[in-house]
Amino acid sequence: MAEIQELLAKKVGMTQLYNELGELVPVTVLAVGPCTVVQVKTAKKDGYSAVQLGFDEKPMPRANQPQIGHCKKAGKGVFYHLREVLVDDENSFQPGDVFTADLFSPGNLVTVTAKSKGKGFAGVMKRYGFKGQPATHGAHKNHRSGGSIGTSAYPGRVYPGKKMPGQMGNAKVSVKNLTVVQVQPDQGLILVKGGVPGSKNGLVTIKKIK
Amino acid sequence: MNTVAQIEQSSLRMDIPSFKAGDTLKVHVKIREGEKQRIQIFQGFVLRRQGESSRETFTVRKVSAGIGVERTFPVHSPMLDKIELINRGRVRRAKLYYMRKLRGKAARIRTIN
Repeated sequence: MAEIQELLAKKVGMTQLYNELGELVPVTVLAVGPCTVVQVKTAKKDGYSAVQLGFDEKPMPRANQPQIGHCKKAGKGVFYHLREVLVDDENSFQPGDVFTADLFSPGNLVTVTAKSKGKGFAGVMKRYGFKGQPATHGAHKNHRSGGSIGTSAYPGRVYPGKKMPGQMGNAKVSVKNLTVVQVQPDQGLILVKGGVPGSKNGLVTIKKIK
Repeated sequence: MNTVAQIEQSSLRMDIPSFKAGDTLKVHVKIREGEKQRIQIFQGFVLRRQGESSRETFTVRKVSAGIGVERTFPVHSPMLDKIELINRGRVRRAKLYYMRKLRGKAARIRTIN
């Protein structure tokens, strides 16, 4: 089977492990796959080469008719999550192919992408780490405000991209160059060094760096 | 048992004696110097234990040349050669932070024989 570089996973949680030097390594546990190829996108028909992966099987009574029809060709049930993954050559993939955690091996570098935890509408101190205003010395009810947002008559406007309060989190975040510390293929677990965005049980994609 | 607990299970050490705050320990620490490895002993009383499972740590305090020294070790670290239990202390608290303020005769811990 040709290579696929990216799989879907669920964040399980974090813990620590000892490496061979006796040092503690912080790790995130990811339950990876099994991911089933549901649909193959071809350059001829769709204009690009990709496979659509299904992850996390859904019980049949929960599935509706369009979902059952879409996943029928793969013949591996219906899934909660469907994501497309780009591939070099789509001809080596068939609906129904299954990929598991053994795609990865310890020492691999990976990029992990997930939706970060939502923090709501946040001020500039929390969102961008601004210093805020003085706590005392006559500061008046503006301890957490960002201060000036620009100059005066020239340019007479606020520059685009000015850091201001707004929605923080609940956005797609990638963490690059995480090291795979351990792979447990029988349980479908991958342990990567360091933190991963999002909450426990959140959907993440894990991608090998070439 | 959940998945994370199962993973932690694999790094637990079974040869660690049971001890708690107030006990006096001799901690044999492996120290790596380049290629060579030697063992250093750190003796003092347990100030606290913190955390659980493979993440648990303990802090040992001793007074060395009049200066208080505290070292924190992970309980299940492979860098600990062994832990020797010298004395069991009779204390009424799980965290003995009050000991930091005490000097001389007041800084003793009653032992259980």
